[in-house]
Amino acid sequence: MVAETSSRLENAVRAHGDLKLIAYIMAGHPSKKRSIEVGKRLAGTGIAALEIGIPHSDPLADGPIIQRAGQKALAAGTTVAGALEVAEAVAREGIPVVLMTYINPVLAYDPRKFAAEAAQAGVAGVIVPDLPIEEAEPVAGWLRSASLDTVFMVAPTTPPDRIATIASHSSGFVYCVTVTGITGVRRDLPEGIAELLAEVRKRTTLPVAAGFGISRQDHLKALRGKLDAAAVGSAIVDEIDRAGDGVSLVRELLKACGTGR
Amino acid sequence: MSRAALTHPVDGRFGAFGGQYVPETLMSALKELEDMWHEAKADPQFQLELAGHRRAFIGRPTPLYAATRLGEQYGGTHIHFKREDLCHTGAHKLNNAVGQALLAVRMGKKRIIAETGAGQHGVATATVCARFGLECTVYMGSEDMQRQSMNVRRMKLLGAKVVEVTSGTRTLKDATTEAIRDWVSNVRTTHYIIGSVVGPHPYPEMVRDLQRVIGDEAREQYLSLDGKLPDVVVACVGGGSNAIGIFTAFLDDRDVQLVGVEAAGKGIRTGEHAASLVGGRPGVLHGSYSYVLQDGDGQILPTHSISAGLDYPGVGPEHAFLRDIERVEYVAVTDKDALAAFRLCTRLEGIMPALEPSHAIHHAGVIAKELGPGGRILVCLSGRGDKDMDSVDGG
Repeated sequence: MVAETSSRLENAVRAHGDLKLIAYIMAGHPSKKRSIEVGKRLAGTGIAALEIGIPHSDPLADGPIIQRAGQKALAAGTTVAGALEVAEAVAREGIPVVLMTYINPVLAYDPRKFAAEAAQAGVAGVIVPDLPIEEAEPVAGWLRSASLDTVFMVAPTTPPDRIATIASHSSGFVYCVTVTGITGVRRDLPEGIAELLAEVRKRTTLPVAAGFGISRQDHLKALRGKLDAAAVGSAIVDEIDRAGDGVSLVRELLKACGTGR
Repeated sequence: MSRAALTHPVDGRFGAFGGQYVPETLMSALKELEDMWHEAKADPQFQLELAGHRRAFIGRPTPLYAATRLGEQYGGTHIHFKREDLCHTGAHKLNNAVGQALLAVRMGKKRIIAETGAGQHGVATATVCARFGLECTVYMGSEDMQRQSMNVRRMKLLGAKVVEVTSGTRTLKDATTEAIRDWVSNVRTTHYIIGSVVGPHPYPEMVRDLQRVIGDEAREQYLSLDGKLPDVVVACVGGGSNAIGIFTAFLDDRDVQLVGVEAAGKGIRTGEHAASLVGGRPGVLHGSYSYVLQDGDGQILPTHSISAGLDYPGVGPEHAFLRDIERVEYVAVTDKDALAAFRLCTRLEGIMPALEPSHAIHHAGVIAKELGPGGRILVCLSGRGDKDMDSVDGG
């Protein structure tokens, strides 16, 4: 299932003694124009990849910050087609773009059309948090056929033998959810995260990224050496929500990764 | 066909519908729940305990009642009500809550969460948590808290924490989304008692198994009248638990027509309704693939129904399956017609139905005309109407 050669996304997020940073923004938040602008600025900071969320009315895996951003994006008229345009504009900067979307907007759009248009837009991979491996086909197959990486998630509640199966469905990287919970800003990294990351790394040759609740320099310092990349979402989205662009936050965080420009 | 229906779900699906569209964090809990449910279901001790609570706590079997004056009004039809309004706490919801609470105790989970629309499932859950000494949190949309304030007070008196949900449409859909998000965060210690035959596998199956007692009793009671079955069984459908509960026993009776009644709100054409099967199309909501009210982009649409219990943009996946194999017919009834049926039933029978089954009562009148005098209709009277006083003005 995994591509024979390393994909662009895989190469971008794999650590080489450092820690890579993946940033997240919501397409259309607070407007389409602004999200393109912010995405482009973040692309120039030295992050390894940019996740772009497609807003959904009922985001089961997201905390209040990303949920609110999604509601604002929907209120601003953001559509799946509009989100793909945001992705295309940002991907033109040369940064690997990973779309993060719930399954229903993909099904409603037509998964084959979605896969083709995402690939056309220069998207590198797709994460669908409410699509566990049991439900992955045929959608994941259509994404792969369009040369998109399919990133699946491992959670702290995932039994060890299942980790390998999830990894075998994944390409680009394996996304390790650090908390038993939803996205959001948290003060401390959860206990047991190092053990979980070690379990995942034992079971895959793909790069391993972690996300959910990562927002601070000390989090990144603690994670360095234990995985390839860290994803920061809510903290950036919160800044965008307050008319910022998250760039200075990302630059600060990159200092803790050793990959800043 | 209906044999096949009874053996479902297969691998968590009813035909194409169902599944487990949830974050990975919940997958092992769903597996545990499925295993525990199958184990409990096969355990005579568990069944004995459940039967005891059904008898002494819920008040089962509930009666089958001949609504003769309503039948006369409807042109000489034999109308019977399965009286789920006489269950403790006033609705069929307790059948499910008791079973799932017993399961939570068996799993060693001490914290319970639930979503509620009309408040009946919230009250049922708060009730079983009081009964079994479990911590209880109920998620409820702020709009529903207003229109069902009595049930909010009942839940609080029972010791439950009621969390007001202000996101999205502020009704059952958003309360369910919030409850799932809570479950994702507290899955190790918490059992989520879903109130209907919705959500990821194994919920639609488990809730059906716990609600089918309605139809199992009703079929036997009906046969004991004169040895014959009804021509038609009618039930209202929001998520669809009382309907699945009464339909399941009749699925193999091919001569018995089954009709599910959704909420047409202000009319299907106005877009202000909650009829997922009549006016929606397949999609994923709250962890399962079924009929969903959604826009062209897969965003879940706001719904409207005068009855909070039907005000939901999705429906259980087994209903989607039963619709597609044409075993059950689904129709929709407006707010206005449901209100008229509420008043008629109250005046003629001295039984005040909840607004939810009032939709089914109205449609029983429509079917009665088609059947003509002597027709035999069984209606699931899923709950009582006291809670709806604020929605029903005077007259």
